[in-house]
Amino acid sequence: MSTLIATQAPEARSSSGFRFAMLLPGALVTFLLILFALGLVLFLAFRGNDGSLLGVGLTVENFVTVATDPLYWTVTLRSLVIAGLVTLATVVTAYPVAYYLAFHAGSRRGLLLFLVTLPFWTSYLLRVFAWKIVLAYNGVLNSALIESGIWSEPTLAFLNTPAAVVVTLAHAYAPFAILPIYVALDMIPKSLLEAASDLGARPFTVFRRVVLPNSMPGVLAAALVVFVPTVGDYVTPAMVGGPASTMIGTLIQSQFGKANDWPFGAALSVCVMLVILVVVLVARGADRRFGSRT
Amino acid sequence: MNAQRAGNKRDGRWLGLYVLAYLVFLYLPVLLIPLFSFNDSIQAAFPLQGFTLQWYETLYGNPALSGALLNSLVIGAIAASGATLCGITVSYMDLYGRSPLATTISAIARLPILIPGVIVGISLLILVNLIALGPSRVAIVLGHILLALPTTVVIMRSRFAAIPRTVREAALDLGASDWTTFRRVMLPLSLPAVLSAFMLAFLISFDEFIVVFFLAGTEPTLPLYIWSQLRFPRSLPTVMALGTVILAVSFIIAGTAELLRHRGLGAARRNTA
Repeated sequence: MSTLIATQAPEARSSSGFRFAMLLPGALVTFLLILFALGLVLFLAFRGNDGSLLGVGLTVENFVTVATDPLYWTVTLRSLVIAGLVTLATVVTAYPVAYYLAFHAGSRRGLLLFLVTLPFWTSYLLRVFAWKIVLAYNGVLNSALIESGIWSEPTLAFLNTPAAVVVTLAHAYAPFAILPIYVALDMIPKSLLEAASDLGARPFTVFRRVVLPNSMPGVLAAALVVFVPTVGDYVTPAMVGGPASTMIGTLIQSQFGKANDWPFGAALSVCVMLVILVVVLVARGADRRFGSRT
Repeated sequence: MNAQRAGNKRDGRWLGLYVLAYLVFLYLPVLLIPLFSFNDSIQAAFPLQGFTLQWYETLYGNPALSGALLNSLVIGAIAASGATLCGITVSYMDLYGRSPLATTISAIARLPILIPGVIVGISLLILVNLIALGPSRVAIVLGHILLALPTTVVIMRSRFAAIPRTVREAALDLGASDWTTFRRVMLPLSLPAVLSAFMLAFLISFDEFIVVFFLAGTEPTLPLYIWSQLRFPRSLPTVMALGTVILAVSFIIAGTAELLRHRGLGAARRNTA
């Protein structure tokens, strides 16, 4: 270690005490709270449930149940569809906002950036709760529609539907999507756009051939930061989704609560992480294929 | 070229309208909470029934609520301190430590973004039970340090990276030790970012629900208190009054944090110029 440091001139005085003190907090948190804790989940997933903390034996039974019981396929598929729709909706609606911020906002840019990031820092629970009062049977939307004479009867059709989950999640995670896309768009050199239009490309062609490919890393980053938390969400389905919207996060939560089968919950978590890993790899591949070549 | 620029401007105007509509979508549902918190009815529905402050009065003298608030404040302050400390050290060593270990730690520190909250929650639940700590306030603090870590690392890293390398090299060349350089040069230059990171980490902890749900023992935090109240339709107006206060505080803290961060970065750019 010391020879390694000694070869690097300005760091030669680097005292090992300083390095140790500076590396310790991060090392503790990352290795113990992240890696070791995730390792525990992986370990527990291969144990049988005997009511004890770390289970018993070594088994793949949990995964066999997940793979063979159609319930888990249905719920996983539903989680993927809901999270996919939410991701698509947030990214597609956020893109024009990011585009405006990067190319048209001018002096208003700072204020607008501030306004779109502000909801990011407000309580997720309150944002979901807001939708519950909007969609409820005797809630804001129903009463507003009746008050304005559009409808005569309140409808139950809003709350407790998968559509309510999609809308609520799309709203709750909307601020997540704008920033990564904006950063990617902002990094595109303006000279590149000018060159394209000077060479005779029409505005739409400039967008399709220059702007869009160059912003793909941002789009994929945005898709990931929306997809990951939504696919495992259990709060929104519980608040506005009703029984038809049970998601994989709900099942995991109940294994560590009412159902009290921790090893099985751990196995479900491992499956979710595998699904996310596949999505990340696909996104990486897409980035490489369609992404920036500048 | 002129025609194109005119077209560009027209596009800009349409996009501007879209952005306006988007902001309305972003803020309207949330702003309904303050609106109905002043409404003299137990139902959150139109037409509005008249102005009242009675729901805010129910917030006073509620021991369960003030206990949860105190819990959230204490946990938020400790977790934010921990996450900021880790954010500072991890990003500093990532940039200047020149060791694979520091880079690895920095990469893992940003990993929680790729883990759904429910899995962070259960993994920590298993961990705190294994070390015989159990669900408790300490467990919540650990969970919130973890959740705020990506944010503090990203903020501190961009701040440290904005300080010209020559500043640090000058200090080292003039004989300052690593520790002195860090404490007397780099840290003071990054103070706005440190404050900003602390405030945002505090907000993350203060508003957090998904992980705290698994890690809370007998003493709930404010979001858990809200969750428990949502079962009772009669307490919805009180929740809205409480929510309004929380939203106002969050807006103020987040606004201050953003201002600090941008002022800090602006100052750094001026220094380089």
